[in-house]
Amino acid sequence: MRHIISVLMENEAGALSRVVGLFSQRNFNIESLTVAPTEDPTLSRLTLTTIGHDGVIEQITKQLNKLIEVVKLVDLTEGDHIERELMLIKVKALGSQRAEVIRNVDIFRGQVVDVTSSVYTVQLTGDSAKLDAFIEVLGPTNVLEVVRTGVSGIARGEKVLSL
Amino acid sequence: MELLSGADMVARFLADEGVEYIYGYPGGALLHIYDALFQQDKVQHILVRHEQAATHMADAYARATGKPGVVLVTSGPGATNAVTGIATAYMDSIPMVVISGQVMSHLIGEDAFQECDMVGVTRPVVKHNMSIKSPEEIPMALKKAFYIASTGRPGPVVVDIPKDMTTPTERYEYVYPESVKLRSYNPVTRGHSGQIKKAVELLVNAKRPVILAGGGVIHANASEQLTELARMLNYPVVNTLMGLGTYPGTDPQFLGMPGMHGSVEANMAMHHADMILNLGSRLDDRITNATEKFCPTAKLVHVDIDPSSISKTVAADVPIVGPLDSVLNEILKLAKASEVERDEEALATWWQQIEEWRRRHGGRYRTDDSELMKPQQVVEALCKVTKGDAYVCSDVGQHQMFAAQYYKFNKPRRWLNSGGLGTMGYGLPAAMGVKLNFPDEEVVCVTGEGSIQMNIQELSTCAQYNLPLKIVCINNQSLGMVRQWQDLNYESRHSQSYMESLPDFTKLVEAYGHVGMEVTRLEELESTLEKAFAMKDKLVFINVYVDPYEHVYPMQVPKASMRDMWLSKTERT
Ligand SMILES: Cc1ncc(C[n+]2csc(CCOP(=O)(O)OP(=O)(O)O)c2C)c(N)n1
Ligand SMILES: [Mg+2]
Repeated sequence: MRHIISVLMENEAGALSRVVGLFSQRNFNIESLTVAPTEDPTLSRLTLTTIGHDGVIEQITKQLNKLIEVVKLVDLTEGDHIERELMLIKVKALGSQRAEVIRNVDIFRGQVVDVTSSVYTVQLTGDSAKLDAFIEVLGPTNVLEVVRTGVSGIARGEKVLSL
Repeated sequence: MELLSGADMVARFLADEGVEYIYGYPGGALLHIYDALFQQDKVQHILVRHEQAATHMADAYARATGKPGVVLVTSGPGATNAVTGIATAYMDSIPMVVISGQVMSHLIGEDAFQECDMVGVTRPVVKHNMSIKSPEEIPMALKKAFYIASTGRPGPVVVDIPKDMTTPTERYEYVYPESVKLRSYNPVTRGHSGQIKKAVELLVNAKRPVILAGGGVIHANASEQLTELARMLNYPVVNTLMGLGTYPGTDPQFLGMPGMHGSVEANMAMHHADMILNLGSRLDDRITNATEKFCPTAKLVHVDIDPSSISKTVAADVPIVGPLDSVLNEILKLAKASEVERDEEALATWWQQIEEWRRRHGGRYRTDDSELMKPQQVVEALCKVTKGDAYVCSDVGQHQMFAAQYYKFNKPRRWLNSGGLGTMGYGLPAAMGVKLNFPDEEVVCVTGEGSIQMNIQELSTCAQYNLPLKIVCINNQSLGMVRQWQDLNYESRHSQSYMESLPDFTKLVEAYGHVGMEVTRLEELESTLEKAFAMKDKLVFINVYVDPYEHVYPMQVPKASMRDMWLSKTERT
């Protein structure tokens, strides 16, 4: 199963490479990873998605927790949560295609953020499945370039991951 | 207020931390630190001949005392030479602080002379590592290193110090940090009492119990509690390779070691148990054999300070995260107070069954299939001559397994071996580390003619610091453990497992200023060992020629359960 693990860790040099190293060292799968400092500049928040059965996920969370710089972590998929990913996508837009692309952007509630005579650059946010669907709709031959941030997420309701 | 250079801070911090010996080797990046060491007399530096030996010496000090050993190595090759020893300590959860020199900060990343990303290289084999960014950080960074290395599940910590952090002319305020607190690292101090209650419930109701004690019991200094619990309940005890000595090896309740080369009674008892109390063993593949066939009828209670060790290889029914001393204290208290009427009849039947298994093999080996001495006889004679009370530091191979099987350890911290990484070359430096710190104790390195040559240069260090340890080289003129596997799995094609052109060990050790002895006949074995051990102030190398064709048995059948064992070249369970 796919899990989204959110990690609060010391914002120190080397902390990120420790997390990444752990995954390759222990043969854990990593689908996506995002990291940035939080409102408290001494902490950074890392979100990663991974796929594995319960035993593997248990090991992943335990091994992450063992890293000295990791302060706290939560498996967001254990409860209700919101997940978002941002995508910038360059699409061929010539002739009649131009209107078609705009229609799809509207349906998916994206935004055209850059335009040339032959290309639209579209920004889209949502969960990973929505971004996948958008690419699918455009059709592979029309897509010129895709950049995705990877998933970041937060628990619904009152629950917070903080010190 | 005291002003010190970064280099002086290193020396001063170590003194303030109570460190007596550090083990190391100098080089360019460390020159300031070595100069600071020269100008003080509290911390004594031991100069090895290869950095790997420095790490094993520090590791052995830690294993024998429980306190972190300290290593000092220079940048680049000095640092990489230390990696094997760091990994050895990591795999066996040994507290160690390694200070590595680094090129000057402004050169980092430029492929400078003797630059090596030590923090990167060691990341997967340390509990933690860090690099110093400003000299003022040094005291606190070192304090953190000692704290992290020695608390929770112990392990090695590397502190990488660029040379310009130690410049003698740049001084900073120095205060010894008495304590340290990390918001992101808080080792557990006690186990969950609800879980402990559940464990005791299982324990007192068990009909076929086994107590399995691993290295964690040694780290937690909990042998006494373990022994008290086992005796109170009259339950059988099994010690892993890392746990040998936590329960007296000569006690009738002791079944030996489990696993690949475990005793018949230990493996059989675990396989048939209805309840296993696992105290600080990580249940690695050398113990469990095929995990899906592991102990099919047992409820497993697993106590470990490291949650990631629990349910990693086999799922625990009752996981308890906590330090073994306090958890065992609570188990003892509850077990004593328990009003459950124990099934004495079941226990008696269980013991009968165990005694039957013990009789079946009971550590016997054949002596009639060769004219030559057997390696097992060497260990038995060694145990007799040293009254089972020596510090035994082993290398890796068949001799290691024979030492584990036939030397009866009655105390913890007397058996030092590289169980996790299996590092050939560990034995001699380890024995040196123990002998240096316990000069009045008998210290033996049990080795093979293969392993000893991995760090034989240290005979020179032994001469320099007068370390009169004893080396028992079980010489089968082959990489015996490799040969054994080739015999069993490759139709005896002995690819590269024969040791050709062995040196004349007697001449070699004499060249280093030590004493060499040779034994070729069983009749001379004990008397030669007696003679060697009587030479209190001499390092004696006893080269004992044994049957090169001997195998270590029992040996678990691969991919099977714990009870599936070869008992000799021809018999199986
Ligand atoms: C550094 C290292 N290299 C290789 C091995 C693989 N290995 C395990 S046992 C062994 C043979 C050891 O030979 P020896 O020291 O003579 O011991 P014996 O098995 O003959 O008793 C080897 C090569 C190892 N454990 N460590
Ligand atoms: Mg050999």
